[in-house]
Amino acid sequence: MRFISEFRRSELAEGLISQIHRKSRTPARFMEFCGGHTVTIFRYGIRQVLPSTIEMVSGPGCPICVTANADLDKAIALSQVPDVIITTFGDMLKVPGSRSSLQQVKADGAQVHTVYSTMDALKIAEDNPDKSVVFLGIGFETTAPTIAASILQAEEKGIRNYYVLSLHKLCPPVIQALLDSGEVKLDGLICPGHVSAIIGSHPWDFIARDYGIPCVVSGFEPLDILQCVDMLVAQVENGQSRVEIAYRRGVHPEGNQQALRLMEQVFEPSPAQWRGMGEVPDSGLKIREKYQRFDAELAFDIEPGPTREAVGCICGDILRGVKTPDDCKLFGKACVPENPIGPCMVSSEGSCSAYYLYGGSFGG
Amino acid sequence: MCLAIPALIKAIEDKEAEAEIGGITRRISLWLTPEARVGDYVLVHTGYAINVLDQGEAEETLTLLRQIAELAEEEG
Amino acid sequence: MEDKILLAHGSGGKLAHELVEKSFVKALANPLLSRLDDSAVFDLSGRLAFTTDSYVVSPIFFPGGDIGKLAVCGTVNDLAMCGAKPLYLSLSFIIEEGLPQSGLEQIVNSVQKAAGEAGVEIITGDTKVVHKGSADKLFINTAGVGIIAEGIDISGSNARPGDKVILSGTIGDHGIAVISQREGLSFSTRLESDCAPLGDLVAEMLNASQNIHCLRDPTRGGLATSLNELAKQSGVSIRIEEEKIPVREEVLAACEMLGFDPLYVANEGKLVAIVPAEDADKFLKAMRRNRYGKNVAIIGEVGAEHPGRVVMKTVLGASRIVDMLVGDLLPRIC
Repeated sequence: MRFISEFRRSELAEGLISQIHRKSRTPARFMEFCGGHTVTIFRYGIRQVLPSTIEMVSGPGCPICVTANADLDKAIALSQVPDVIITTFGDMLKVPGSRSSLQQVKADGAQVHTVYSTMDALKIAEDNPDKSVVFLGIGFETTAPTIAASILQAEEKGIRNYYVLSLHKLCPPVIQALLDSGEVKLDGLICPGHVSAIIGSHPWDFIARDYGIPCVVSGFEPLDILQCVDMLVAQVENGQSRVEIAYRRGVHPEGNQQALRLMEQVFEPSPAQWRGMGEVPDSGLKIREKYQRFDAELAFDIEPGPTREAVGCICGDILRGVKTPDDCKLFGKACVPENPIGPCMVSSEGSCSAYYLYGGSFGG
Repeated sequence: MCLAIPALIKAIEDKEAEAEIGGITRRISLWLTPEARVGDYVLVHTGYAINVLDQGEAEETLTLLRQIAELAEEEG
Repeated sequence: MEDKILLAHGSGGKLAHELVEKSFVKALANPLLSRLDDSAVFDLSGRLAFTTDSYVVSPIFFPGGDIGKLAVCGTVNDLAMCGAKPLYLSLSFIIEEGLPQSGLEQIVNSVQKAAGEAGVEIITGDTKVVHKGSADKLFINTAGVGIIAEGIDISGSNARPGDKVILSGTIGDHGIAVISQREGLSFSTRLESDCAPLGDLVAEMLNASQNIHCLRDPTRGGLATSLNELAKQSGVSIRIEEEKIPVREEVLAACEMLGFDPLYVANEGKLVAIVPAEDADKFLKAMRRNRYGKNVAIIGEVGAEHPGRVVMKTVLGASRIVDMLVGDLLPRIC
C-alpha cells in the first residue's frame, strides 16, 4: 500500500533506532497524546527498542476514554426513545456508562447501527424517513469537520430526520489543562498527526513557548514515531523547545482551511467534561443556534439518570499519565477486555487495553 | 485517534470521489478537500478526505530516512 | 411474483415433502438420503471423529460463496483437523418465511458442489420454517462424521517446544469479503472468501508424514485466537514473526481502513499445522502442490517460556503479546 508500506520498512527503522541510541544522553519523558500513536507504539513494540534514557507515557488522547459517563448516559438514553436509530462509530459500542452500554441496550432491542462514516448514517436516514437517526459525534478535530460536513449535507439534501449528539473535544485546551495541573513533568510531546492535519501546527506553539516543551507532529506508522522521537531527542540534547512537523506529507503548518471553516460554521466552543479532568473550558464543541434543529440534545426529551462512576476505576489518573495500568487494582483482574470496568480497557487505543492486549511492559 | 489512510482518487463526481487503496475502492467525500484532483492521494478518515497527501514531502522523508540508515551502517 | 418459502413448507405436509424431494433430495442425490427414512443407517467401524456446527453468516450470499458452501466446508474442515477422512454430513435448515425459493435452490446447489469436491455425502436432513423475524433469512446446522486411520494422533495438546508453526495461506480473506457487503461498512473489492474444503490437503499432508502434532482451522477469532487456543492446550508458547505471515494487499487495506488487525479476521479455507521441525520441509512441499496450499509459509515456532502465550516479533524486531479476540471485531475511527 503506497505511503503506508514504505513507512514500515525494518531496514529504515534500524537506522533511526541506531541514531536515537547514539544521540540520546539526557533522560527524557515523552508523552504521546493521541490514541492512534498509543496503538502504534504498543503494536510494534516501540518502547522496547528505545534506549533506557527515554521514558514514554501515554496521555488523554483517546476520545472514547475521555468521554464522561454523563455523556455516555445521554447516548444510551437516546437509544431508548421510540423510533430512534442510533448510528455510531464502532468504538463506542462496548464502553460502559453508569448503568449500561450501547452493546447491552442493542441486545435488549434498541436500534443501534455501527457505521464507518457519517455518509452511511445519512443514507440510513434517507432510507428510514419515519425514524429519527441520531449520530453520536465523538472524536477530536480530525472528526469534527466531517460531522459538520454531514450536517451541511443533510441541510443541502433536505434530510429532516438526521441529528447529531455532539460529544466532540478539542485537543489544545486539554493539553494545556494537563500541563497546568503540574502532575506530569514532560520533556517532549508527540503531537497528534491527523488532528494537526486539520488545525495545523501553530496551535501547539504555546507549549514550546510558554512551557518550554519540545513538540513534534508525528504520523502513525512505526517509522513516523521513530523519526518523531529522533527529532525530540535532538531538541532535548540541544536544549531547544520548538514545534516541528515530522509528518510533512500529511500536515501543513496552516492546517486545512476548508475543514476549519466548516467546523467554525457549524460548531462553537463550549465547556466539556473530560473523564479524569473534570470540566475544561472551551474544550468541547456545541452545535450553533443556526443548526440547532440537528442537535439531538435539543430535539429529544431524555432523562439519562444519575451519573455513577465505577468504584476503583482509575482511568482518570491513567489518562493524565500519572498512573499506569499496572498501578490499578482492577487491571487484569476485575477489569479485562471481555468485562471492562472503565473505558481505557474498552477502547482499542486506551492505555489499559493496549497494555493488556499487547503485553504492556512485556519484553520492555 | 484519527485512523486515516492514504487513498488514490480514481474519479470525481461533484463533491464525492471513488478512492482506491490496496485494491479496494470506496466512495469518499471531498467536502473537506475541494482542491483534490484525480490522481491525488488523500488521507481518508471515516469516509472523508481530510488532506491531500504531499507526495514530494513523502519522498523527501523517505530519502532522509534512507540517509540516516546509511549513516548508521557506516557508524555501526 | 417470485416463489417464496412459506410456513407451510416446514410443517411436514405435502408442501414440505415436495420441497424436500424437489429441492434437497434431487440435488444431493445419494442412496442413503433418497431412502428418506427417519435416520440414515450405515456401517462404519474404526476410530471416528464426530462434529457439529451451526451457520448463521450474514449476508447469506457473499463474494466467493454462500452459507451452503460454508456449512459443508466448515464441517468437513472440523473433521479434517482431527486427521479424519470426512464421510457423511447431516444438514438441517431453519428457513425464515419469505426466503425466495430461487435463493434456497442456489444454496442447495452450492451444498451439492461443495460436498462433491470434498468427497462427502449429505445423508440426512431436516427442514423447519419459522416466522418472519425469527431467523435471519437462513440458519444451517450440520453434524459430520469421519474416520481416523491408525497411528494418527492429532490434538491441540500435542505441540512441543521446537516444533514449527505452518500456515497454509493468506489470512483474513473470508472476514473481509463478508464485511465488504455489510450495510454501513461497504466497499468494493475483488476479494473473495477463501471458503474451501481441506480434507484433501490434510490427506496429502498425512501421506508425506503422519507426524502432525496439531491442526486447527482459524475461523472466527482468526489466526490469533487459534494460536492462543493451541498454546494454552499444549502449555507452550508460540512465537510468530509478523513479516512471515501472508496477507493479501486488499485484506491489509480493508483492515487499515476499518481499524482491524488481520490476525483476528475470520478464515474459512486455511489451516495451521504444528509439526516437528525436522518434518517441516516435507509438509511444505506437499502443501504447495495442493490448490489450497499455494501460499504456505512457516510463520513461527513453539517454545517453552511464557506457556500459554503467543508472542509476535514485529517488523522492528521487538516482541509483543498477541491475545485472543475479545468479543466482536468492531470497526473503529481511533
